[in-house]
Amino acid sequence: MSMQTLKPYLAEHPFLQGMAERHIELLVGCASNVRFDEGQYIFREGDEANEFYFIRHGKLALEVFRPHKGGIVVQTLKAGDVVGWSWLIPPYFRHFDCRAVELTRAIVLDGTCMREKCNEDYQLGYEIMKRFAHVMEDELLALRLQLLDIYGGTT
Amino acid sequence: MAGLPEKDLVDTGGISGMIAPRPFVIRRIERDTADTFTLRLKSGSDRNGLHFEPGQFNMLYVFGVGEVPLSISGDPAKPQFLVHTTRVVGPVTGALHRLKTGDMVGIRGPFGKGWPVDEAEGNDIVVIAGGIGLAPLRPALYHLLAHRKKYGRIVLLYGARTPADILYRRELEKWRARFDLEVEVTVDRGDESWWGNVGVVTTLVPRSPFDPLNAVALICGPEVMMRFAVMALRKKGMNIDDIYVSMERNMKCGVGLCGHCQFGPKFVCKNGPVFSYETLKNLFNKREI
Repeated sequence: MSMQTLKPYLAEHPFLQGMAERHIELLVGCASNVRFDEGQYIFREGDEANEFYFIRHGKLALEVFRPHKGGIVVQTLKAGDVVGWSWLIPPYFRHFDCRAVELTRAIVLDGTCMREKCNEDYQLGYEIMKRFAHVMEDELLALRLQLLDIYGGTT
Repeated sequence: MAGLPEKDLVDTGGISGMIAPRPFVIRRIERDTADTFTLRLKSGSDRNGLHFEPGQFNMLYVFGVGEVPLSISGDPAKPQFLVHTTRVVGPVTGALHRLKTGDMVGIRGPFGKGWPVDEAEGNDIVVIAGGIGLAPLRPALYHLLAHRKKYGRIVLLYGARTPADILYRRELEKWRARFDLEVEVTVDRGDESWWGNVGVVTTLVPRSPFDPLNAVALICGPEVMMRFAVMALRKKGMNIDDIYVSMERNMKCGVGLCGHCQFGPKFVCKNGPVFSYETLKNLFNKREI
């Protein structure tokens, strides 16, 4: 698939809904198409964070590794979700393992390329930051609810 | 009983059905999870059973121990069997848990206002359940599926604490296999056996396939979960008056007389337990009530 053909796929992803066409075009220059087989690890805790992913199809799991016990899934992500924001925040390292739960197709964006484009075009940078702020807010809210163990005491 | 509308007397089998418990025999007990169980009851006196609306509740009396309000979790089209699912949380539910097949309990009810399944016809339906909150929603799901053509898309979003805490697992699997019902299950904590979603139930809302402008939401679960579910639905664009929640308070009399379940100006037993969120929005976050 050529780079240019990714534009419609990027434009229809919920994360980029409403984004200006010229910004989508800038993203296309950093994007490529990827596929992960069931069980394949996309990244590991401690890896350099130089990519993020727009899931088009399938399901990914974020895991924390426990010695002698293996990975425990802390969150699953699926079509329409965006995976990875460590590429935005120095020192750009992964905090979790990420594994494909099933065959997954995604568009990967090169974080280094994106950082350069965001530094050159502050409007693009602001748009991207605003959208990731929403993702972070949603994930923080969900995490707080998860910590509450809310189903424990109901009848 | 001057204050009671005539409709209440008719719906609950007259004064005797409201005040005096009627005998029901336990026909079957199912242990759903480590701490929840389902009782299948049959009336000891009335062959026709107990007619109810999805979302209504009964007062279950364990003789010599006490009474507890429990939502009806069976099929409204099969009133000859009365089904209740509960969790062991106190002395009465503990005593219920110790009963055996053939034992008898007392039933008063059905009480309250149920899910707006008739008013919701023609719309997409999104059902959001957390933990044992799936039990009061199951009669609504039975109704929706029995009248499937009257509704648009039907989506069930269900969250449980762990895979072992998933209620009605076999039924969920059966529903998931249907082409006319979208079922998404998520757990707060996965384990090695779990290949499904991990995360709170509200995270399922944004990608859920329903039209927010033509949908009705039915929500039941812990109040915190319901508050966040309402926020997620509103963020997706749903109208506040299309969202319904089932409240839980300390119901005692069941007919709005004793005041134990008062929630602001409402009585949960009589004006609810199902409320339009629109009518509760100013009460939901009041910490004093």
